[in-house]
Amino acid sequence: MHDSSGARARILSRLRAAPPAPAPALPDWRAPRFDAPARLDRFRTMLEAMKAEVHEVDAADWPRRLRTLLDNRGVRAVVHGDGSDAARQLAEAWSADPQAPRLVAYDRAIEQWKGELVHGVDAGVTAAVGGIAETGTLILWPTAAEPRLMSLLPPIHVALVEEDTIRDSFAEVILEQGWAGRMPTNVVLVSGPSKTADIEQTLAFGVHGPKELIVLVLKRSGGVRPIPG
Amino acid sequence: MTADVQTGAGAPKAGSFAERAHLALDDKPLRANFRRAMDGLMAKRAAQFPDAADLAALRARGAAIKERALARLPDLLEQLEARCTGNGIKVHWAETTDEANRIVLGIFREHGVKTVVKGKSMVSEEMHLNAFLGEHGIQAIESDLGEYIIQLAGEMPSHIVMPCIHKNKGQIGALFAEHIEGQRYTEDVDELTAAARRVLRDRFAEADAGISGVNFAVAETGTLVLVENEGNGRLSTTLPPLHVAVMGIEKLVETLDDIPPLLALLPRSATGQPITTYVNMITSPRREGEKDGPREVHLVLLDNGRTRVYADPELRETLRCIRCGACMNHCPVYARVGGHTYDAVYPGPIGKILTPQIAGLDAAGDLPHASSLCNACVEVCPVKIPIADILVRLRREAVRPSASNAVKGAGGGWTLSESSAWAGWKWLHANPVLYRLGSRALALAGNLIPAGLPPLKAWTSVRSKPKFAPRTLHQLARDKGFDDA
Repeated sequence: MHDSSGARARILSRLRAAPPAPAPALPDWRAPRFDAPARLDRFRTMLEAMKAEVHEVDAADWPRRLRTLLDNRGVRAVVHGDGSDAARQLAEAWSADPQAPRLVAYDRAIEQWKGELVHGVDAGVTAAVGGIAETGTLILWPTAAEPRLMSLLPPIHVALVEEDTIRDSFAEVILEQGWAGRMPTNVVLVSGPSKTADIEQTLAFGVHGPKELIVLVLKRSGGVRPIPG
Repeated sequence: MTADVQTGAGAPKAGSFAERAHLALDDKPLRANFRRAMDGLMAKRAAQFPDAADLAALRARGAAIKERALARLPDLLEQLEARCTGNGIKVHWAETTDEANRIVLGIFREHGVKTVVKGKSMVSEEMHLNAFLGEHGIQAIESDLGEYIIQLAGEMPSHIVMPCIHKNKGQIGALFAEHIEGQRYTEDVDELTAAARRVLRDRFAEADAGISGVNFAVAETGTLVLVENEGNGRLSTTLPPLHVAVMGIEKLVETLDDIPPLLALLPRSATGQPITTYVNMITSPRREGEKDGPREVHLVLLDNGRTRVYADPELRETLRCIRCGACMNHCPVYARVGGHTYDAVYPGPIGKILTPQIAGLDAAGDLPHASSLCNACVEVCPVKIPIADILVRLRREAVRPSASNAVKGAGGGWTLSESSAWAGWKWLHANPVLYRLGSRALALAGNLIPAGLPPLKAWTSVRSKPKFAPRTLHQLARDKGFDDA
């Protein structure tokens, strides 16, 4: 491998030889806040403005609602996580039904089934660890159970988000959950389906990632629970 | 066939900015493409910042974040390196683009890489990385739709955020019909987009490695933050077994808390979006038990003249740039001549201050003059870079280098004729007798000097020649009784 230690030493020494400048204090800035009913409204409005579909569903009943949504789209194969809660609920609700879309578990390394995942799956179902109202954003924190490509390769991405994990702003999420001390391999903020405006600033969807984003906001009775991570 | 693919393509490379600008100004389709795009982008940005006080607070925060990071740059680079290394990301340092290219090639050779997919990266454009890899038998495919289009056309980006903004859908339809097998000519944007998806999907699956840039690197956590809308950046950094990221050494921030305000500025300033579709934060290669993601991640830190820019406290402010492109979207010069006229990787106002500092004033000394100093770029810059002040500084440095010898090629614009003219001007204005004689002479005979006289012609070709009053200001003042005039 190329040894770049000489370049490193010269770059750092040139920077250190430059006249020092004082570091200014950070001026006050606060991300926007929303109260309880406005928060979910904002989350929904922002996502819908970016062509995502948002459905508020009963946390116990989402697989049935999803079934209808996907049937309407002619979906035949759905990839889900391996051993996740969502996977278990899906299997319980769909596996007895021969008409239901085929369930495909992401239970191998990508190298072992790249072709199928790249071309052969219609939808992917992932759980978001939270939402951000300000920008209509889902927080995906991929894990061994729910790998990164599930939310990216299939033409339809379905994201589940618990209503009480929706926060006002990204700044609030980072601080409240102490991200700096526990960053995972990859964390992704998703705010709509894949899109481009490279041709005459005309929006087109699904250029590389999902053409459709379906967000299921899971509603439960009870108080605010901590966000799992 | 309704479109002329040649129009605006690759902008003819005449010698000077002024010559290229004249060619661009005569290109009607090119001007229409830019006018439409810039008007749209300015309106969308304005709609994103309805409250002036909120915007002012956010910009102040953004500027301070970048200023703080620059103040501690060498320490933060070491911290970033230590964090990345701890996370399993391999860090490399390059003083020149050639060194950076060789580092990337070395990594690829070691892994037997033949094809690479690329996410959009301006630093890789700076390196001319695709051409370099091509010369060494490695095919690099641009996967951002705009970059893919200009790669097919064999052109350079004309905008740092929207690289094919100079082309209309007719031109792109013709390009796809020519280069993509089985693709008919169409101006339907959805169909063109679908064609690109079809072609590139297989490229992602086959690629041995992915290349990306970096929007922000977080020293505190060793995290690389990439923003994008298409998902090609996520694919390039997730699907292939190897990921190489390239970044300029100035792209650092201190902490993760710095990211939200910068994210609140970047997409809104750039394209008028509240946020990009994807914000991709990469902290390590695939960990034990994980089923996808690259097994190796490399980060190449590029200097390429940035340490020289850093050496001067005023010019250092150039390095705050977060590459949003708002300055070019609002620039009356850029909107009329387009990005290719600058004949540089970074066009528009930021390019006018960055390019001469990187390439040298002797090579790019005309760029700081491609501005009316209207200040529009300064008003919209999300990190408050004093672009106009730096433009003036560079104009001065081009003819008279500062004692610190801050800018490469300073003094390269010096000419005997211009220097003599200003020396004469100074002498005339410092000497009352000469000044009186001179102004009287012009009052009497100035209107007789033909506007087409060679030394005047360069000025009068685009302006009216001034009309001289029959009596000088001093004479008029004396008539009014000012006896010291």
